[in-house]
Amino acid sequence: MSIQIQQNKCTGCGQCIEACPGNLIKRGEGGKAWIRHIRDCWGCTSCLKECRFGAICFYLGADIGGRGSTLTVRKEGDVNIWSITDREGRLQQIRVDQKKANQY
Amino acid sequence: MEAKEIQTDILIIGGGTAGCFAGITLGEYRDIDVLIVEKANVKRSGCLAAGVNAINAYITEGKTPQDYVNYAKRDAEGIVREDLLLTMSERLNRVTEHMEKLGLVILKDDQGKYVARGDRNIKINGENIKPILAKAAARQKNVKILNHVNITDFIVENNRIKGAYGFHVDQPICYTIYANAVICGTGGAAGLYRPNNPGFSRHKIWYPPFNTGAGYSMGIRAGAEMTTFEMRFIALRCKDTIAPTGTIAQGVSAEQINGQGENYEDKYGLTTSQRVYGTVEENRKGRGPCYLKTKGITKEQEEDLYKAYLNMAPSQTLKWIETGKGPSQENVEVEGSEPYIVGGHTASGYWVDTKRQTTIQGLFAAGDVAGGCPQKYVTGALAEGEIAAEAAAEFHRANPYEPVKKDTRKKKQKEYEAYLKNDRAVLTTGQLEETMQKVMDQYAGGISTNYQYSEGKLRMADEKIMLLLELSRHLAARDMDGLLRIYELRERLVVCQVLIAHLLGRKETRWHSFAENTTYPEKSEDGMVYVNSKLKNGKIEILYRELVTGGKVYEHTDTAE
Ligand SMILES: Cc1cc2nc3c(=O)[nH]c(=O)nc-3n(C[C@H](O)[C@H](O)[C@H](O)COP(=O)(O)OP(=O)(O)OC[C@H]3O[C@@H](n4cnc5c(N)ncnc54)[C@H](O)[C@@H]3O)c2cc1C
Ligand code: SF4
Ligand code: SF4
Repeated sequence: MSIQIQQNKCTGCGQCIEACPGNLIKRGEGGKAWIRHIRDCWGCTSCLKECRFGAICFYLGADIGGRGSTLTVRKEGDVNIWSITDREGRLQQIRVDQKKANQY
Repeated sequence: MEAKEIQTDILIIGGGTAGCFAGITLGEYRDIDVLIVEKANVKRSGCLAAGVNAINAYITEGKTPQDYVNYAKRDAEGIVREDLLLTMSERLNRVTEHMEKLGLVILKDDQGKYVARGDRNIKINGENIKPILAKAAARQKNVKILNHVNITDFIVENNRIKGAYGFHVDQPICYTIYANAVICGTGGAAGLYRPNNPGFSRHKIWYPPFNTGAGYSMGIRAGAEMTTFEMRFIALRCKDTIAPTGTIAQGVSAEQINGQGENYEDKYGLTTSQRVYGTVEENRKGRGPCYLKTKGITKEQEEDLYKAYLNMAPSQTLKWIETGKGPSQENVEVEGSEPYIVGGHTASGYWVDTKRQTTIQGLFAAGDVAGGCPQKYVTGALAEGEIAAEAAAEFHRANPYEPVKKDTRKKKQKEYEAYLKNDRAVLTTGQLEETMQKVMDQYAGGISTNYQYSEGKLRMADEKIMLLLELSRHLAARDMDGLLRIYELRERLVVCQVLIAHLLGRKETRWHSFAENTTYPEKSEDGMVYVNSKLKNGKIEILYRELVTGGKVYEHTDTAE
């Protein structure tokens, strides 16, 4: 499980580098972000939440059942919109209202 | 390497749950300068990074703080500090209300009362709990925050704290921070044992892999007394994603069943360790895999689970959707995690008094790094952060600042630089880390031995960890990031060393799985003591202390050297 940073979308704003609780993301030569410790991601998704440019996606490694889907998240007002795109490109979205408590 | 110096009144090491709340509390003391130093960025660092599911420690209607003490004591088979548990429990509800005022969403009923989940929990939306805390800490006028600085050592003279040393995780800068009082809130220790998924997803573990036991290690090396490391914490988690199971178990009342479909929940007992043990035993006897029985829950319940997990462990929701089989169609397989040292769940950590002062004068500990007081969870860490902050402020006002007598700044800087200059290393940090995890797994009761160990095996583990400590002194760092990884490894090795000494020190099996000693497979009356330790002249000394129980309160009396 880890993250992937799309270089064409990354503006080099540095927010993900700042936020990662493990200091795993670094600034590369061209000023863009890259994940230096790809096997050391905890899966907290903090970097995804920080990136306003939708440049980071999250995926499960094959060793824990990953089948090539990716997860991204975007905020609209109080709602977190999570998008899961499978390996064929099919999209599924889940909207989670941050003003509502968990039912469980 | 550039050298920087900072002077503050109170230094908080670790801007996590306890650290941020200590900062918020100290915001009330405008005349006191406070500095929070955090190895990552307070916004999303530590246990709360992904969010949490519920408030697990709350005194619900009709219950009292003493009920909470009794529950935690039962769960730990008696090895707790009742004075610490009570002083924490008395504050649980107040800190919860404080969090609500800061912006945490808590579910309420028609009458405006919090909705309980079981006996001790309340329902929240905890996805943004860490940004809320971090923002509130940053708002305090007298509190400064220094992000991306990793602290490695305390400065202690004559058993009195004077500050700490550290370095920036990216830039070649080393820091000396002088302070009159210090609060340690660095969390517990993960990454000691080989994890469930040792390959690509090796950091898909329950506890944050970035909490490497730095606070324990600094304290141990400075001669602070530690308690109950042998009460390891092993979490029962969803297979592969290592996501929490309580949400499913309590949320949709899922039973725990074995591969034959039989409910085994009551067979082994209901304490936290017995629940783990039950699953281990069912597997060992060939009745695995074990599951949480979710098949047949409604689509609506399934949707709610998807959302709840996105708010704290998004991998699990991704996994359900990716495999095309949600919990309504397939039961959720469960497994035990590798062992952690975490004083917020079990009782391992600094030996403290009720003000959370450690055995080093002016050094306080709060949250997962503090011992004696299990079942703290988020609110307990907040409560301890508050207690430690109040006590540190009181200490600062009562004690004049004592300047450092012997300047060791250069020595520390040289130590850091030696790793950066070393060009002769063949072994790497990664290799030594894997070796440490293998040793702990095989000789000190990891997953592969069903968490069991014997005295003979522990002695082997000790020898091997000592060797790794020696080897780690000869590692090389390419840059500051490399240096950080070396220090993370070294912290873990020190924690392993002390853990092994504690496991050897408890000559019984009081808790299955958490401390399963095959040389002494039964519980013993002699085990009704705390196993404590202290580093003296380079050796770990074990000392046994009488239980603090029945309304007694412990005070440090023999702290002076
Ligand atoms: C995945 C997970 C889910 C949980 N879910 C719940 C839940 O739903 N409900 C609940 O009540 N409890 C839950 N808990 C428990 C609770 O979150 C913790 O017990 C509590 O947050 C611990 O607080 P802490 O301040 O001790 O540690 P943390 O909040 O982890 O803070 C430690 C901080 O110290 C920093 N640090 C570490 N080393 C250094 C160093 N050398 N120098 C500088 N800084 C350093 C870290 O980066 C971190 O920011 C959960 C825990 C985990 C791990
Ligand atoms: S937050 Fe996004 S845009 Fe900014 S550096 Fe990171 S990946 Fe690039
Ligand atoms: S998911 Fe979390 S641990 Fe992984 S790279 Fe992003 S911020 Fe870091």
